[in-house]
Amino acid sequence: MSDRGQLKKTAHLSEVPAAWEAGPRGAKPRRLVSTRTIVVYGTLFVAAAYYLLPLYVMIVTSLKGMPEIRVGNIFSPPLEITFEPWVKAWSSACTGLNCDGLSRGFWNSVMITVPSTIISIAVASINGYALSNWRFKGADIFFTILIVGAFIPYQVMLYPIVIVLREIGLYGSLSGLVIVHTIFGMPILTLLFRNYFAGLPEELFKAARVDGAGFWGIYFKIMVPMSLPIFVVAMILQVTGIWNDFLFGVVFTRPEYYPMTVQLNNIVNSVQGVKEYNVNMAATILTGAVPLLVYFVSGRLFVRGIAAGAVKG
Amino acid sequence: MTGQATGRATTRAHPGRPGRLTRNLSAKIASIPMMLTAVVVFLGGTLWTVLYSFTSSKLLPRLKFVGLDQYERLWAAPRWLVSIENLAIYGIFSLIFSMVIGFVLAALMDQKIRFENTFRTIFLYPFALSFIVTGLVWQWLLNPEHGVQSVVRAMGWAGFSFDPLYNSSIVIYGILIAALWQGTGLVMCLMLAGLRGIDEDIWKASRVDGIPMWKTYLFVVIPMMRPVFVTTLVIIASGIVRVYDLVVAQTSGGPGIASEVPAKYVYDYMFQAQNLGQGFAASTMMLITVAIIIVPWAYLEFSGGRKRV
Amino acid sequence: MTSVSVKDLRLSFGQVTVLDQLNLDIQEGEFLVLLGSSGCGKSTLLNCIAGLLDITDGQIFINGRNVTWDEPKDRGIGMVFQSYALYPQMTVEKNLSFGLKVAKMPQGEIDKRVARAAEILQIAPLLKRKPSELSGGQRQRVAIGRALVRDVDVFLFDEPLSNLDAKLRSELRVEIKRLHQSLKNTMIYVTHDQIEALTLADRIAIMKGGVIQQLADPNTIYNAPDNMFVAGFIGSPSMNFLKGEIAAGADGKPVFAADGVTFSLHGYRAGEALAPGRKVVLGVRPEHVAVDEAAAGGELHEAVVDIEEPMGADNLLWLKHAGHTMAVRTAGSRRFNPGTKVRLTFDMTLASLFDAATEERI
Repeated sequence: MSDRGQLKKTAHLSEVPAAWEAGPRGAKPRRLVSTRTIVVYGTLFVAAAYYLLPLYVMIVTSLKGMPEIRVGNIFSPPLEITFEPWVKAWSSACTGLNCDGLSRGFWNSVMITVPSTIISIAVASINGYALSNWRFKGADIFFTILIVGAFIPYQVMLYPIVIVLREIGLYGSLSGLVIVHTIFGMPILTLLFRNYFAGLPEELFKAARVDGAGFWGIYFKIMVPMSLPIFVVAMILQVTGIWNDFLFGVVFTRPEYYPMTVQLNNIVNSVQGVKEYNVNMAATILTGAVPLLVYFVSGRLFVRGIAAGAVKG
Repeated sequence: MTGQATGRATTRAHPGRPGRLTRNLSAKIASIPMMLTAVVVFLGGTLWTVLYSFTSSKLLPRLKFVGLDQYERLWAAPRWLVSIENLAIYGIFSLIFSMVIGFVLAALMDQKIRFENTFRTIFLYPFALSFIVTGLVWQWLLNPEHGVQSVVRAMGWAGFSFDPLYNSSIVIYGILIAALWQGTGLVMCLMLAGLRGIDEDIWKASRVDGIPMWKTYLFVVIPMMRPVFVTTLVIIASGIVRVYDLVVAQTSGGPGIASEVPAKYVYDYMFQAQNLGQGFAASTMMLITVAIIIVPWAYLEFSGGRKRV
Repeated sequence: MTSVSVKDLRLSFGQVTVLDQLNLDIQEGEFLVLLGSSGCGKSTLLNCIAGLLDITDGQIFINGRNVTWDEPKDRGIGMVFQSYALYPQMTVEKNLSFGLKVAKMPQGEIDKRVARAAEILQIAPLLKRKPSELSGGQRQRVAIGRALVRDVDVFLFDEPLSNLDAKLRSELRVEIKRLHQSLKNTMIYVTHDQIEALTLADRIAIMKGGVIQQLADPNTIYNAPDNMFVAGFIGSPSMNFLKGEIAAGADGKPVFAADGVTFSLHGYRAGEALAPGRKVVLGVRPEHVAVDEAAAGGELHEAVVDIEEPMGADNLLWLKHAGHTMAVRTAGSRRFNPGTKVRLTFDMTLASLFDAATEERI
């Protein structure tokens, strides 16, 4: 107690020899640009250039005229900017079958993507809800088959689905393709929703049951409003996934319903006529525009979506 | 005590107790699509295809069993052998390169850098694009008359030759480049998430121990990230087996049959050549390939894993 | 001799200054505890000493050497982390030897050091196991061992017991104390747990907002806190604070007046003159109030029992006294019914008086 006053102040540096005072002090001096920084940022910038280059080439090519493309180099910016390739790609580029451009494929893709996304998310979220909150005997067996099924190559199941769809008269139609997208979206989406719902506080579900809410009441009044982020993640996953699909589009629809990716491939790889690289690149950008837009707008949610889909799937 | 026991007995004998089937009825009805998908499509469809791979089905599926005929024919077909060889080369290289590039990028991104979000956006955007778009862009970039080759030649390096899409011996590497461009961003994201999951104290401990950064990565961090590596491996591998659209868009399997892959073989025989039996046999082989990858992983992950911890 | 010395330390991240003008001297062989709630800067200070954070200004000396610019490995320190930070894929033996191998120490010397550490910490039977096969306490010992093999003078502990359950925590607390007694190394120990601080420390530095509030031995910290923060932080239940003012007593000596009652300050040793009218806060710990028969001799106060909280060994009473409520600790054997009137005396030799405005001890 008596030494209280003495200990009160923490600074008593009398023991530090005066010679030390001259030694190193403060932050360790660093070169403004260390070797490590150069290596880290250098590599990242080179990598970024590699990833950006194709996008850049796509854009500049689509803005050039064919004569310029023939003589010039693919990296040089357009001397004369023209939007003609874009117009042609959209409205009059030819596949082997027709010359409607990409617009037909675009609207087909919209008509496929919108209902497929809505229905697949509705079905999968209800599955996930039933699996996490209303477990019944045998549910896990179906779920396991579903998850294992996610790894089976699509090619294995294509033909049986063709037969089933033909039997119920939907083969070749848009509704048939919507069903296919719902089926193949189910494993990952169900897992996504099941895990999310399982992470919600169980007390909430119990309280709602005590209050007398049933299966659908709890789903619509409690689960859906509480889970908007995961619905957005699922939507991002589905919109990009379905828009980018090629295989199902080409297998399950008639040519007049071909989605944009199939239409694009038919335009670019059509063997007839002279290759119009500028039109091809404009068409390619147009096809990639929707998922790219989703990607740039959604940002972190996209990352979360693919992480959730990929890591668990 | 007795009261409690009686109460329980009454419950058991309660006449109004719902039966087994009607309990959770709404949940069961709501799960019908899932059950149908699981049983009819995934299980039924797979078994159906495997079964019909032993038949002589041509234009239409017929249950006329011919044993392993289709498989013998398959493994004698040059196009199938090329497909398998391509898949092996493409698979091994894309596994190695996407893992290495993905990890290196992730490690660089983890150095508390500026503009992290910008870099991530750049590395990942190709993943949002379809394989068709990817294939077409790289078809253009690798075009020998206008693309990279001609640009390098124009820079004065006249003898430079890089035309994978027109050279059957290296065409698969042209596809590999495009696939890596599209997919490494995802690997980077998975690895970065793994790196961020490493306890900050581990890094501090290794600094106090005086272990150089690269040794810490090699001997401490990478072993710790084993689960991330395994998961990534499974994801990449199951994607590799499915590769189809990329080849269709970039080379259509050419030049000749030089860049054919199994998934394309299946499609062509099922829907173009009207030779269903070959398609079924080839798709069954794909299934077996996936099983070879998945089964050991699932075994490690779900049975051995628990014991280890 | 000084073992670790921190001089005029400043640490900023951009515009935010976390530590400023911080000075601290730690004697050789001393066990110093940095105590504070989360975000007070205690771990930050420890990381600065370890060299894991680059300081903005100031100097750090360890064992007479200016180590301000040295890498952590060259500072002569060993560190034990909250999450143990053991390398999970390596056996205990490799965990201990990895750093030495990287430093290219001869194998014979490595073996000797590992064996010695294993003996001191009694982990020899665990050497071939992996961290995942060890209990929390064993992992902790391996983490200490990793510091031990480096044969350093200064041990840094960053909340090493926070991840353990209460029982194990108290066991390992004793072990760390025993280790310190046998090794006699300088140890700097960060914790938010006041029991750990009081039991382990030679001296405690209580931190808040990046500033050391008081640096003293546990007894002084407990009985003569420098300010109201320290007084309130240490002790459970908290010290009773009564707001009032200094008044002139009947005998002319200053007394403390609050809510219409006065307290003689007989026995309190004020550091400065107590002018009547000065607004002050009287702090009395629950165990420094005597109740009823124990209250014989000295100034008596009357109070009414409001709530009784029996705690086994102790009995905590919440009393209504004049206009305020206070906690008083009595022996567990004596029970009180709510509403009972009791008489109290306050032990002013162990009380604290703070200026109401500055909250500093008077």
